[in-house]
Amino acid sequence: MTAETSSRAMTGTFGATLRRDLLLAARHPGDWINPLVFFLIAISLIPLGVGPESKVLAVLAPGVLWVMALLATLLSLDGLFRSDFEDGALEQCLVSPSLLYFTVLAKVVAHWLVTGLPLTLLSPVLGLMLSLPGGYGTLCLSLLIGTATMSLVGAVGAALTVSLQRGGLLLSLIVMPLYVPILIFGASAVNDAAQGVEVGVPLAILGAFLALALALAPMAASAALRVCVDSD
Amino acid sequence: MASWQWFHRLGSPRWFYEKTGGWLPWLTAVALVLLVLGTVWGLAFSPEDFKQGNSYRIIYIHVPAAFLALAGYYIMAVCGAVGLIWRMKLAFMVMKSAAPIGAGLTFVSLVTGAIWGKPTWGTWWAWDARITSMLILFFLYLGIMALQSAFQNREAADKASAILALVGTVNIPIIYKSVDWWYTLHQPATLKLTSAPTIHASMLYPLLTMVVAFYVFYAVVLLLYTRHEILRRESRTGWVRELIAKEGGL
Repeated sequence: MTAETSSRAMTGTFGATLRRDLLLAARHPGDWINPLVFFLIAISLIPLGVGPESKVLAVLAPGVLWVMALLATLLSLDGLFRSDFEDGALEQCLVSPSLLYFTVLAKVVAHWLVTGLPLTLLSPVLGLMLSLPGGYGTLCLSLLIGTATMSLVGAVGAALTVSLQRGGLLLSLIVMPLYVPILIFGASAVNDAAQGVEVGVPLAILGAFLALALALAPMAASAALRVCVDSD
Repeated sequence: MASWQWFHRLGSPRWFYEKTGGWLPWLTAVALVLLVLGTVWGLAFSPEDFKQGNSYRIIYIHVPAAFLALAGYYIMAVCGAVGLIWRMKLAFMVMKSAAPIGAGLTFVSLVTGAIWGKPTWGTWWAWDARITSMLILFFLYLGIMALQSAFQNREAADKASAILALVGTVNIPIIYKSVDWWYTLHQPATLKLTSAPTIHASMLYPLLTMVVAFYVFYAVVLLLYTRHEILRRESRTGWVRELIAKEGGL
């Protein structure tokens, strides 16, 4: 195979997998609407728990929005490889000659397009409800980068637990500690922006996390898929 | 490749079991002597701290436990990598054994830190950078143990938890730096650790003794766990049956 045809085969795998996953998401709207509804309901519970005072809510808002977005992403991750594993499509991906890296990457990108992106778009509305004083642009930008990183890192956890019957809770257990750096920098960027401070540093670090995850996470997820799918 | 022979031999659980059987009494003796020496030296003979009084003496447990909690993660991850790369069964057994020990040591360092924090800082728990990092390390250990026990298939359990341990290894420096940064950002100035950055020799030597003692103790516990794991996994092989017949057990 020449370099040109092999690179075309890679983009072919990527494009075909991406198109297929987006089509599946369009046919099962629940898969991507449920995390959004979770995000909305969970955020609405905060004022009910801590009281409706806008001063208190404004202080809590950046952290709460980020934690809830993190949880919503976690909840949606369980389905990333599960249905493909159950109907055997995943095994076909494993035996196909194209690089598994691109298949995994395409699935992650599709997952981000149907969960991370809508979560980001919904977040300013929820920020208003929590009377976030400012920094709406930073909120969107940090969530845009952060949810993509979380989808990538979460794919490793989803791949490790794909063959387990009740993998959902376990997936959260193993992935949550890995989300700590993303949460710290994401929430602090929004905090800074709300107080009118320069936010370049935390956003740049979030971008660095995304670059690192983009390079390494699909490889780790591919290795995990080979281990977990082959053995069961 | 004669120089590699020891490495291949190390891959044999039986060879490992028989070899370490001879080391174990010696290592246990060294660990006990060092632990008793370090404890008595640290608790009874080293001087009192002029600010913290006697309460600082918990560092003789706290610091070595914290050292090994972190080192234990890397020992576990390296064993996982060796198992994945050279497909060495023994490495997975060591890795599986290292997880609960490391989690236990992390827990000990968290609890002793809390006990130390009460008289020193006036609070059991503070979201200090090091405490928070330790807590997250504890979560990482718990995740690996949970993943290991979730699989029916032993090979999948070994390889999956090895991959998770390696992912954690990449993440640990990032988590530590992030938590450090997060802590300096929020600056809770009231909870500054009061001890001086330098430590007097009369306190340092018993501490170093305890650190070495904990390392040897860790090696003993790891060997015991691994030997138990070897016997459990190899229980159907001839040499384990012979061993049981000879020992007259069961």
